[in-house]
Amino acid sequence: MLDLTYDTPKPKVISGATGDWELVIGMEIHAQVSSEAKLFSGASTRFGAEPNSNVAFVDAAMPGMLPVINEFCVEQAVRTGLGLKADINLVSAFDRKNYFYPDLPQGYQISQLYHPIVGEGEVLVELSEGIARLVRIERIHLEQDAGKSIHDMDPHMSFVDLNRTGVALMEIVSRPDIRGPEEAAAYVGKLRQILRYLGTCDGNMQNGNLRADVNVSVCRPGQYEKYQATQDFGHLGTRCEIKNMNSMRFIQAAIEVEARRQIAILEDGGKVDQETRLYDPDKNETRSLRSKEEAHDYRYFPCPDLMPLEIEQGWVDDIAAALPELPDAKKARFMQDFGLTDYDAAVLTAELENAAFFEKAAQGGDGKLAANWVINELFGRLKKDDRAIADSPVSPEQLAGIIRLIKSDAISGKIAKDLFEIVYTEGGDPEAIVEARGMKQVTDTGAIEAAVDEIIAANPAQVEKAKANPKLAGWFVGQVMKATGGKANPKAVNDLVAAKLAL
Amino acid sequence: MGELAKLTIAGARDALRKGEVTAVELTEACLSSIAEAGALNAFVHHTPEIARAQAAAADDRLKAGDAPAMCGIPLGVKDLFCTRGVPGQAASRILEGFAPEYESTVTAKLWEAGSVMLGKLNMDEFAMGSSNETSVYGAAVNPWKGTDGKALTPGGSSGGSAAAVAADLCLAATGTDTGGSIRQPAAFTGTTGLKPTYGRCSRWGIVAYASSLDQAGPMTKTVRDAAIMLGAMAGHDPKDSTSADLAVPDFEAMLTGDIRGQKIGIPREYRVEGMRDDLAKLWDEGAAMLRDAGAEIVDISLPHTKYALPAYYVIAPAEASSNLARYDGVRYGHRATLAQGDGITEMYEKTRAEGFGPEVRRRIMVGTYVLSAGFYDAYYNQARKVRTLIKRDFEQAFAAGIDAILAPATPTPAFALGGMKNADPVEMYLNDVFTVTLNLAGLPGIAVPVGLSGEGLPMGLQLIGRPWEEGALLNQAQVLETAAGFAAKPGKWW
Repeated sequence: MLDLTYDTPKPKVISGATGDWELVIGMEIHAQVSSEAKLFSGASTRFGAEPNSNVAFVDAAMPGMLPVINEFCVEQAVRTGLGLKADINLVSAFDRKNYFYPDLPQGYQISQLYHPIVGEGEVLVELSEGIARLVRIERIHLEQDAGKSIHDMDPHMSFVDLNRTGVALMEIVSRPDIRGPEEAAAYVGKLRQILRYLGTCDGNMQNGNLRADVNVSVCRPGQYEKYQATQDFGHLGTRCEIKNMNSMRFIQAAIEVEARRQIAILEDGGKVDQETRLYDPDKNETRSLRSKEEAHDYRYFPCPDLMPLEIEQGWVDDIAAALPELPDAKKARFMQDFGLTDYDAAVLTAELENAAFFEKAAQGGDGKLAANWVINELFGRLKKDDRAIADSPVSPEQLAGIIRLIKSDAISGKIAKDLFEIVYTEGGDPEAIVEARGMKQVTDTGAIEAAVDEIIAANPAQVEKAKANPKLAGWFVGQVMKATGGKANPKAVNDLVAAKLAL
Repeated sequence: MGELAKLTIAGARDALRKGEVTAVELTEACLSSIAEAGALNAFVHHTPEIARAQAAAADDRLKAGDAPAMCGIPLGVKDLFCTRGVPGQAASRILEGFAPEYESTVTAKLWEAGSVMLGKLNMDEFAMGSSNETSVYGAAVNPWKGTDGKALTPGGSSGGSAAAVAADLCLAATGTDTGGSIRQPAAFTGTTGLKPTYGRCSRWGIVAYASSLDQAGPMTKTVRDAAIMLGAMAGHDPKDSTSADLAVPDFEAMLTGDIRGQKIGIPREYRVEGMRDDLAKLWDEGAAMLRDAGAEIVDISLPHTKYALPAYYVIAPAEASSNLARYDGVRYGHRATLAQGDGITEMYEKTRAEGFGPEVRRRIMVGTYVLSAGFYDAYYNQARKVRTLIKRDFEQAFAAGIDAILAPATPTPAFALGGMKNADPVEMYLNDVFTVTLNLAGLPGIAVPVGLSGEGLPMGLQLIGRPWEEGALLNQAQVLETAAGFAAKPGKWW
């Protein structure tokens, strides 16, 4: 594999009235575990079901009901931990986080405060070619999602939908290693990519299946380095947590506006209060949700309904052995095996489906060519029709066929584009289409020579001009291509025209 | 017909199998006894239709000859157990009108074995109490009366179960025991109450009080009956992660009557200051009975006993404060009428203030306090450490070769209803001083009636067994029962 080394990106700097400020960001990502059933009940997790139809007795917290751990969700958390190169804790335990809210029927969320299932790991976040931040993961724990409270359906009443109640979430907690809004978005993007590769979370942010709480603080240049050297948070500023964001764009905007808010306070001689805030995208501002004094006292304690979760190393090893190739490895392999550029490899590995499509198309015999065709022609055409790659009318096998025809000089690049359009709109085997429609490139120099002679003979005036100005030879090439219906090998035409004109 | 209700499970089983009596006859006898016993306030929800249908089905099984031991046996069910379609409110106003759509694992096993459900039994609200006086239904009344004729408590929290068994309203009843709620009422009513090892019976479908301590068990007229009934209640349940995946032995077959060579420990820390003379004497007599049966009586020390009660009254309320958070008026049960402008906070506050009685409110507040930031280590964590030490005390005793431990079940015989009205809550909590240690350690324990107090009231002793060895414990208990020959019954006044 390629040994990729990266430079560390520069932190985002905001210039204030009293000097420069740097940003320090840590994130808690709530990722819904991909699983048919909930974390502690057999109820379905299907999105978009009728309200309150995916609810087991335990989800509704009926008296006497007890949680039973869903082994598959545990497996998914372990898989995620392994994918983030993290320590897997063979013994973990569940705790209750107590608070009252109508969409939390038990009056507590079962979570893992004291003994999470996954310990320290890391994520490489690439920002541009050769520049990347290694973000440390502090922990991942399993917990239950809450339901949904609906306040806008009736002027006098609120409604509760418990379909999401009890769905398994992984809370992925980073260290404060992220240094700017773009890095934060890139971190979420990278995490999302890895989770999707692993199949442990679909990463659908719109449906709320991936949400972020962002901790933001600001400090003077140099302070962060002191923190890194000592791990003493005292060197950093007071942080505020912006809750529950499910858009990359909002995450970036919220960090930016929150950092500026904090800087304004500090430069005014004030101090930042540690608190929980919400981002309002309409006004592009963050608002206080609750101060430290108003913070809930969650009264965490070990959940007495569940035994400590013990897993075996052998089981973890089996999951590790079956892990899919992850984005970094795939990208490196694409660069090495197919000679792709960093950029092309990154584009093609962004989504697993794209990478898989590309690899099949590359079986046409030329990886670089396949990359160009997938990125430029296919993606462009799909985008025009607003289609996803899964719905591509051109299969990777068909594209491989087109590439094979280009590679063997059977068709020119220009014809190939026509052929691609035919396959895209009509379907069919590219080779058979080329055969049936006579699209094959003419490489027979005799036939091309005849066409060149004919054009030269018919246009003596042009010949004179071209002799005076060799650049005009292109006109003859164009005429020959036109006469042969574009099928003549362009190089052969060029050579013959030059020779005949004695240029 | 009332005579039939006086049968034991073992006696009824044999008579049913011989065809001397039918399950329908037994059931009708119990139903008429119940109908006469309104003054005891033991049964709070009556299910005669279910009982008659189950009895008829049981008779069919008996006729077919494939009837298990519990087939056709009429039982009462503590209101804490969810039974499908039957009102169940854990004796609390907050579950007013609630009838679960599911059946607890323990009762489902009993009905599968052919037992007959007579109705739901009174108890302390959410099993929090030692006198049955915290019940929304009003207190159950002990069929026993003191010399002064005052109405007595049947104990708690399984007071209705104890009163019903003692008054022969049913052949046996289910109970639950979090800190003594089976053993104390059994001792107060001259009946037998077994708390199995934690994890022996599934907790699924039983309204939770303190999840790490709650355990269901049988309340019966004899030790043999407890052995038979436990066999039907126990077993692994995948729906309860804390239930043990262990085979259920034939407990009755383990009643050999032979305890020769066994070591019975007498814990010196249980001889508390101010212990009543008649209780101390009863304890000595009990020890002598076991010695006479061939056991060796050994003085032992369980040094952390004195910390058990405070640890219990931290851990149990802590868990309860969380377990009872679900009673919020949102989905089922009582919801307060709200005033104009009231929001969700007012709904919670009013609903819970109206729905919970004072003792439940007190424990929720205590539990919330001990779990709160800044107090967690001082109270909850400290209590957990104590719990570990108490467990270790027992483990060391058993490791030293002790087979069972003999102790009093309660500090006093049954006291008068209302007698503790003006007492400090802690005085009521002291009732649990001999019983909570087992719950903290997860051990099995059984209360067996051994004699009468100075006032002519039943008094019981408690045997504490090794974990998962209920069979041996029941055998020791039966030896004690036989030697004590306790045959007194309350005079019928109701």
